[in-house]
Amino acid sequence: MQMTNIQETVVLSGHIIDSLILAKVLDTILMMGGTFDLQEVSIGKTRNEPSRAKIVVRATSANLLAEILQAIQPHGASVEGERDCQCKQAPADGVFPEDFYATTHLPTQVRLAGQWIDVDGIEMDLGIVTSMNTTGARAVPMGDVRRGELVVTGRTGIRVTPLQRPQERDVFSFMESQVSAERPHGHIIADVAKRMQVLRKGFRGGKPDCKVLLAGGPAIIHAGGREALTWLIEEAFVHVLFCGNALAAHDMEAELYGTSLGYGLVAGRAVPHGHEHHLRTINRIRAIGSIQKAVETGIIKQGIMAACVKQGAQVVMAGTIRDDGPLPGVITDSVSAQAAMRAAIPGVGLALLVASTLHAVATGNLLPAKVPTVCVDVNPAVPTKLADRGSFQAVGLVMDAASFLRDVARELGWKG
Amino acid sequence: MSRLLVCSPDYFRIDYEINPWMRRSNVVEPEQAVRQWHGLMKVLEGDIGAVLERMKPVPGLPDQVFTANAGVVVGRKAVPSRFRFPERQCEEAHFEGWFRDHGYEIVALDHEMYFEGAGDLLGFSDGWFGGYMQRSDIRAFPILSEVFAKEILPLELIDGRFYHLDTCFCPLDGGDLLYYPAAFDRYGQATIAERIAAEHRLAVPEQEALRFACNAVCIGKHVVLPAGCPLTMELLESHGYRPHPVPLDEFMKSGGSAKCLTLALD
Repeated sequence: MQMTNIQETVVLSGHIIDSLILAKVLDTILMMGGTFDLQEVSIGKTRNEPSRAKIVVRATSANLLAEILQAIQPHGASVEGERDCQCKQAPADGVFPEDFYATTHLPTQVRLAGQWIDVDGIEMDLGIVTSMNTTGARAVPMGDVRRGELVVTGRTGIRVTPLQRPQERDVFSFMESQVSAERPHGHIIADVAKRMQVLRKGFRGGKPDCKVLLAGGPAIIHAGGREALTWLIEEAFVHVLFCGNALAAHDMEAELYGTSLGYGLVAGRAVPHGHEHHLRTINRIRAIGSIQKAVETGIIKQGIMAACVKQGAQVVMAGTIRDDGPLPGVITDSVSAQAAMRAAIPGVGLALLVASTLHAVATGNLLPAKVPTVCVDVNPAVPTKLADRGSFQAVGLVMDAASFLRDVARELGWKG
Repeated sequence: MSRLLVCSPDYFRIDYEINPWMRRSNVVEPEQAVRQWHGLMKVLEGDIGAVLERMKPVPGLPDQVFTANAGVVVGRKAVPSRFRFPERQCEEAHFEGWFRDHGYEIVALDHEMYFEGAGDLLGFSDGWFGGYMQRSDIRAFPILSEVFAKEILPLELIDGRFYHLDTCFCPLDGGDLLYYPAAFDRYGQATIAERIAAEHRLAVPEQEALRFACNAVCIGKHVVLPAGCPLTMELLESHGYRPHPVPLDEFMKSGGSAKCLTLALD
């Protein structure tokens, strides 16, 4: 994606050339640190005929752009066709008005009573509900809208801001989701590790948006990434875990039986009756009552789930129709699971989507575009699918989950 | 023949403060104000031969006396003002009514399109200038330019004491300009210099600009200006004009002088 500054088009008309009004407006833009493109200038053929200029004003931040627009507005440079957004009442609970505006995951503003207001909780494929007193706007899932709430409709009075190129010069600054198994991985992994290092420092220092989210599938365990991920959680490099029943079950199966889906993790051979291990694990945890209790009572001593409990990492387990058990804590209502995942997104500054098509796409849907995202899968179709679903900010990495986690952990000082 | 719209100061007083000159504590002496206003009328009518159209003053409209802000009139077409401050917005209907009653074709601006009449729109036969930023909205000028088929060059007013163009800019009938340059930014000064040659620009010194020397009425070679501006009078005389000083300090309490008290109708 080509990154651009934030911009707005303004129109200036009248006797703007000889009065030096155009010159004054352009000088003002430059003096305030903005830039401009004169898109169209039509100069009056006679003295009496007015001239007209269309100016694209660019600035490095939304604030600066607003300041510049405010400064040039009294000189007649007004934003072209700027109007308040249109709103209609939701006709019923869980139903948007017919022509509702569907969000992107880019930073979005709506114009209410002449003011541009940031839409809170932006996420793709939602609607925008404005408060009755026109002071706030938030992105709302279809199912959550209540009858009578004011929902933004149509396309006027809505401003979507392209992402700014991050200041860090790393793999994320290109924000491109080209997926290729043939691209070297080393620098991407190094950049991810560097980010995680910075975020951990920020997280420990109480800074906002410094959480690292990992959404992962059970292949992490089968492929041998369990130790590396455990270490990353123990060392506070990962703060939020999204997974399903399987990752948690196989992680604890490995702890209790040394197998993952019945295969010995060390010898790599099928163990007699090993196929029952994950069922016995799930049953055991169900008997104990919760994963937390299993860890606290010392039944589960090590591994990913143990690290999450000990570190206080937030875990959201979302179930599917093929789950055994499921484990206590797995949310089987998919709308509730989505809501729980959504609630865990604020504060995330980096998302790692590892070896799970389902969780990668689900998490990608919930993430604002401004959150740097890496999608790791041995199957190139997964990062491609994620990009196709609109998460263009995700950097695709075609590699084995365990190798990825180990490499990242080693970059961060893991000795395993 | 020059026709001017005027309004006697029966209800003139300082009821509010909407420019740096107005102080409610600085009370107007009504008799003195009436005397000064009649003095001005005598000069305009008697000495210069202007025709005066007197509109009826309305109680509760203290600034109606400043008819320059009624609107702008060219031929049979009138564009009534749209005042920025609510304090003066009640005058709009009365001015518009006067224009209508006297057979003018009314061109109405939107109510939010602030434009304070001949106070902010002045010019020469070949081109006009519009003052903006203090009172009038620059966006009114392209509309007026179309209505009257005239070029209007906007000039930003940068000093709140010179809140209307006619407080610091006075085109004279001989093609000269009496003005106070410091009331404009460098863009405005450059625009003025581009259109009016140096020998035609009569710059008023600050102390007399502050006495509203530029708020003058020019009819032919006669220039009626507030008393107490000897340097400006000399300047005018040296360019072949005949100055007529009139004491108007009661009206200065409200930030207005000779020009503000009249509206050119022809």
